[in-house]
Amino acid sequence: MHRTQKRIVILGAGTGGTLTANRLRRLFQRDEAKIVVVDQDDLHVYQPSLLFVPFGLADPDKIVRSRSDQLRAGIDYIGSAIDRVDIADNRVHLSNGTTLDYDVLVIATGAVLAPEETEGLAGVGWLDNVFTFYDLEGASALQKALASFDRGHLVVNVVDMPIKCPVAPLEFSFLADWYFTERGVRNQIDITYVTPLDGAFTKPVASEHLGRMLEEKGIEVVTEFNTGEVRGDAGKLISYDGREVPFDLAVVVPLHEGATYVGRSTGLGDGLNFVPADENTLQAKASPNIFVIGDAADLPASKAGSVTHFEGETLVENVRRYLADEPLEPGFDGHANCFVESGFHKALLIDFNYDTEPLPGRYPGRVGLPLLKESRLNHLGKLMFQWIYWHGLLPGRDVPGIGATMPRAGKRGAIEEGSTR
Amino acid sequence: MTTLLSHLEGVEFDEEGFFVEPARWTEEMVPELARREGIDEVTDAQWTVIRFMRKEFLEKGAGPTVRVLGKSSGVSVRELYQLFPKGPAKVAAKLAGIPKPRGCI
Repeated sequence: MHRTQKRIVILGAGTGGTLTANRLRRLFQRDEAKIVVVDQDDLHVYQPSLLFVPFGLADPDKIVRSRSDQLRAGIDYIGSAIDRVDIADNRVHLSNGTTLDYDVLVIATGAVLAPEETEGLAGVGWLDNVFTFYDLEGASALQKALASFDRGHLVVNVVDMPIKCPVAPLEFSFLADWYFTERGVRNQIDITYVTPLDGAFTKPVASEHLGRMLEEKGIEVVTEFNTGEVRGDAGKLISYDGREVPFDLAVVVPLHEGATYVGRSTGLGDGLNFVPADENTLQAKASPNIFVIGDAADLPASKAGSVTHFEGETLVENVRRYLADEPLEPGFDGHANCFVESGFHKALLIDFNYDTEPLPGRYPGRVGLPLLKESRLNHLGKLMFQWIYWHGLLPGRDVPGIGATMPRAGKRGAIEEGSTR
Repeated sequence: MTTLLSHLEGVEFDEEGFFVEPARWTEEMVPELARREGIDEVTDAQWTVIRFMRKEFLEKGAGPTVRVLGKSSGVSVRELYQLFPKGPAKVAAKLAGIPKPRGCI
């Protein structure tokens, strides 16, 4: 029977790798498939909470768990960096010198931050008056800086897309407005949101709504600003077309790219080390036996945990179909679902996919959480989600009420189909 | 002779000035498209970028963003902004007759 045991190798044990491994383990008997997961460290960070760390709303120690502990019994875990994937030979070379042969490979290594790609960003001022909250170290350091910041100019800057969770920098701005108000110093602080986009967000209806919220909170917006240089010493951002934005404290979302081993794997990635894949089946363009999930993929979908979650179902089904020699299912519709924290214990919820932009209404049906509208209920939903993440999403259980395809019932302006598709 | 026949006769543009039908684009259209963007004469360096945009679009179905252009076209981002001060990806996409580079999801 051993001749028929398939070898499935999963690179990365974050949201996508973990939920994929756990779902596949439940799907296949142990003699049907051997499942190996590789990651370079054993720290699984609950990334949505990084937003809360700078404001003292989340304890950095409480949002990190062991990666291997999130995997079901019967999954092999290897702690090693990855050197490269040899597509022609169906083989992964690890940095520790070992090799892994595979029948199916799942790429789930996410996106990495590249502050060094922007002139001056990782230089003078980094972690002094220039910070990011996109990793644990930066978010923790920023907490100390914010606590003693009581007058001056705070600038929140997105260098360029794509970034993880495109709403997070907006949420950061909203929370900063709330945080300084609570501390009684808001009138001594200017907040400016500096973006390469031509509006607050990428999708028109939501962009207009979020733009209005920035305005109401007295946050200035600078659009179409392509950051060429960050000068911590002089306290200014300089765009490629020569515009300048001065700051006393800058919170910058650095450029993102795919994991570096992708660049060393001939034919696997694009110019930014993301892995191109079919947007509906999640099969990599590089080879039929490679699949991609989450932030690692070059897809026209948001880089967000919810997207990764929704991709999981299609990806696991297509791994099964590939191994059974059946045609793949074009099941993924680009579904994204984000709670947008807006400060003062409120949040709004947006829900969209490849074809439908975020619309007002309720989610997931006519009776549900309000969409594109601030409410306390959404804020509670966002806080509760951390429990669901560790206990429902990662183990690969279906989360009640949260289906993979985007629901239409309850949305104003959407074509209603009576129930979820 | 009062007017020269425009190469852009009958070409449709969207509200931002990008081609609606990229297949209708020809290199002869470029000088005229460039003048609409305030570029009197298209330099060799600008041609390099325009042709690169066109090639990327035909291969991948979408135009590259400034950052990808800077990494893969052989022209650095800083130089790209010198060539197209109003925004390299957008202006070069217009001159190359391709849709607005997506990049922003």
